[in-house]
Amino acid sequence: MKVDPKDVIIDIQHISKSFGDKTVLNDINLYIKKGEFITLLGPSGCGKTTMLRMIAGFTPVDEGTILLEGKDISQVPPHKRPLNTVFQKYALFPHLDVYDNVAFGLKLKKTPKEEIDQRVRKVLKLVSMSDYEDRDVSSLSGGQQQRIAIARALVNQPKVLLLDEPLSALDLKMRKDMQIELKEMHEKLGITFIYVTHDQEEALTLSDTIVVMNEGKIQQIGTPTDIYNEPVNSFVADFIGESNIVNGTMICDRKVRFIGHEFDCVDEGFGENVPVDVVVRPEDIYIMNNLEAAQFTGKVTTCIFKGVHYEMTVVTNEGYEVMIQDYNAFEVGSEVGMLIKPSDIQVMKKERTCNTFEGEMTAEDAVEFLGVEFDCLPQEGLEKGDKVKVEVAFDKVDLMDNLDEGVTEGDVDFLLYKGNHWHLTIKTEYGFNVYVDTNDVWDKNDIVGIRIDKEDIKITKISE
Amino acid sequence: MFRKRSTWALPYVIFMVLFVVLPLLLIAFYAMTDGNGHFTFSNIAGFFTDAKFLNSFLVSLEVALENTLICLAIGYPVAMILSNKDLNKSAVTALLFILPMWINALMRTMATAEIFNAFGIQLGKGTLLFGMAYDYLPFMIYPIYNVLNKMDKSYAEAAADLGAKPATVFLKVTLPLSMPGIISGVMMVFMPTVSTFAVSEILTNNTIQLFGSVIQEQFYNMMWNQGAALALVMLIIIGITTIFSSKKDGEAEGGLI
Amino acid sequence: MMKKILAKSYLGFVLVLLYAPIVFIAIYSFTTAKSMGNWTGFTFDLYKSLFTGGAAEVVGGSSPEKVGSLVTALENTLLIALIASAFSVMLGTLAAIGIYNMKTRQKAAVQFMNNIPMLNPDIITGVSLFLLFVFLHISKGYVTVILSHITFCTPYVVLNVLPKLSQMNPNIYEAALDLGATPSQALRKVMIPQLWPGMLSGFILSFTMSLDDFAVTYFTAGSSGLDTLSTYIYADARKGGLTPELRPMMTIIFLLILVVLLLVNYRTFKKTKTANS
Repeated sequence: MKVDPKDVIIDIQHISKSFGDKTVLNDINLYIKKGEFITLLGPSGCGKTTMLRMIAGFTPVDEGTILLEGKDISQVPPHKRPLNTVFQKYALFPHLDVYDNVAFGLKLKKTPKEEIDQRVRKVLKLVSMSDYEDRDVSSLSGGQQQRIAIARALVNQPKVLLLDEPLSALDLKMRKDMQIELKEMHEKLGITFIYVTHDQEEALTLSDTIVVMNEGKIQQIGTPTDIYNEPVNSFVADFIGESNIVNGTMICDRKVRFIGHEFDCVDEGFGENVPVDVVVRPEDIYIMNNLEAAQFTGKVTTCIFKGVHYEMTVVTNEGYEVMIQDYNAFEVGSEVGMLIKPSDIQVMKKERTCNTFEGEMTAEDAVEFLGVEFDCLPQEGLEKGDKVKVEVAFDKVDLMDNLDEGVTEGDVDFLLYKGNHWHLTIKTEYGFNVYVDTNDVWDKNDIVGIRIDKEDIKITKISE
Repeated sequence: MFRKRSTWALPYVIFMVLFVVLPLLLIAFYAMTDGNGHFTFSNIAGFFTDAKFLNSFLVSLEVALENTLICLAIGYPVAMILSNKDLNKSAVTALLFILPMWINALMRTMATAEIFNAFGIQLGKGTLLFGMAYDYLPFMIYPIYNVLNKMDKSYAEAAADLGAKPATVFLKVTLPLSMPGIISGVMMVFMPTVSTFAVSEILTNNTIQLFGSVIQEQFYNMMWNQGAALALVMLIIIGITTIFSSKKDGEAEGGLI
Repeated sequence: MMKKILAKSYLGFVLVLLYAPIVFIAIYSFTTAKSMGNWTGFTFDLYKSLFTGGAAEVVGGSSPEKVGSLVTALENTLLIALIASAFSVMLGTLAAIGIYNMKTRQKAAVQFMNNIPMLNPDIITGVSLFLLFVFLHISKGYVTVILSHITFCTPYVVLNVLPKLSQMNPNIYEAALDLGATPSQALRKVMIPQLWPGMLSGFILSFTMSLDDFAVTYFTAGSSGLDTLSTYIYADARKGGLTPELRPMMTIIFLLILVVLLLVNYRTFKKTKTANS
């Protein structure tokens, strides 16, 4: 997609950032178009806030450049950047009243008094806070403080408005109202909004463009519809909306096998017999009492009313659990048949098919990786000090309740249910990621011991 | 370009190195040299060989220990009552207990001595302990009160709910949870008492010489190296006590007003 | 009920003990006897003598020189306390902001250093600074006393300002920069007003500690003839018996401190009350 450089207001090129030895942003490239409402979306710690703070100038960049209308601003201090920020907890100045808070930036620029007056009034009207000029900011409700924070930023007529999870401190009802107001404000003002949130629903509601981030990398950039309908990987699919994500095999073009059945699909170009991830949204599975016409059958195990639709769990005859949303309820225990349209099946390339680590032999039958030493089968032709590639299948990593039984330990960072097993990402004590397939149920942030049997460690020498 | 705010502490750090760290090193330096700047252990050895030094040191430790215990025994109940919302609702009452800290200690001590004189009580160890308790009681009450006051009442209620008798609640819940305050209070009383000098002179009419007075005497008589050696001994004692007690000290002493 | 009476009377008893010396001084400020405990009739003579600098020549009053040197000692005490606490507040506030923004390890190191003067007994602080000035051949006097007072006061300012920083919205400073304030404008217009209560209590604490100090002043004033109230009283005590005019002076100082502290606490008390409602 080519974009006219004149339409680009912010161009982020090869930005990287580490705090200590922790990489928070890894070679980020992103351009933001004039007038766009763009949202950086991702779980906490994905680097979205760091990126916003870099654009605002609060966090210096390690590598790369940030261009604002073609000019490099990465070394410009924050007070000289023509951008303004709405902070997460508003950051209103408690010792100043509403008027002085809003007028703060204008006064610093030595704007004439009449003009300040006029502009403050106008912006307060825009956020519907006209009668609050003399109020103490601490006497305002969360929503009102939020409006003042927005007014305080907008009054300076910034080229770009940065918003750092501005609605996260509000209750649900207030948040929904403010979302609509923000959207209206954006349309009225026509300036660029860069919005940071971890709330996928908020992102889908507000944005023209969504940037999904995880672990310091951009996962996907696209319109809300693109991101929802065509997630590029299992992380995005899981993070945005609800989904059934299962392992599958691409048999050939337009044919994929998952949950024990073969389905027609619309995807091509994966090759033959390639392992893939398959995503089907719960509302895209047709459920019916007719078993004959179904592609696959199963038994309803739970059925919960969700207001507009029913959410049901069905266990298929092959033992896979699928989530289905439908306007009709199907009784728990009843036999049902299911259908999936080819266009509703989203096939994604697997990011990895097994754990791969760099390691070093410490003895003939011991290898160091993940920062610790593991026993392995005696390796012929390898000796102490040899650099090796270590491979461990997802389901060969054993997780222990008892930390002493593990060779190393870690905490559960990310969980994905794959229909008949869990796929976990474990962050180890020395900062490595280990991916595990297991039938045991763990919760996020559980601390587990990690053990790998020596038969399951596959070692190949890295030739220098 | 990006001015790091952490550098704002730089002037203070330089100041501290010059006026806190360097002077402490100088104590060690003077303690280990003679008048001509030559290295010697004789000053330190002097502490162990001269009966006067050793005696006053032991007396100081004893007095400080006794004073700390007296202050704790009197002060803990006060802190408990003050922090109990059923017994005391006014923050001003608590303030009254720490107010004497703001009066010149020497002046208070003089007045205390005069009271003993007025009642015809002979100045000695008894009056010393009594007078010191006057001086240091607020330092014991304040940190304990602070900790107790901030303590969540539901701990005690939970213990009672689980069947603990009031005495058990106190011993098993309140007391252990108020430990940071006690430690802080003990430090704030023990440290100054073990090193006090003028106060003891006034309260005992110079009949009991505490270690602080002995150090002061060395400096008064221009025996800097010997004085520094004695100060070093005290510094080491203080250092050891601090390390032992600072493991879980909390922030009980922050914000005195 | 019984418990309440018992508790109240215990508090009352301890309060009486604590205030006995102060009340004793206050009572005997209204009589002219050389030593306290010897009541020679109610009179304002000591106050007169104090305020006229000994010129009133009242019975039992001290010579003009003596009262003069007492008043000079008071002036010195106040001046030293004022200068030392003002410097401490400046140094300590900047330091607190710096410490607050440090990384964990650096922070721990500086906070450890900050703790040393607070844990050090006065006599160690006094002796160590005495040796420093001897070592650097700095002649002792006003400057050395003030520097020494800054040394033991600043840690308390840091300790009072740090909590205010952690209560503050961490984005406030950045918000000011974002709105176009330079770092120094952000400090003056946003940070200082926020930290003001902590700085004020740090100042008051420094001021009273400086007023109260004896040991450090004793070792760092040297033989320059510089006297503060504490060293004056100590010298008096060594000679046996206090200058009688000290009694009214201490009474007045106590009342002043009482009023200031009650005012400060009343204000914070009222503020927390309105904030809660």
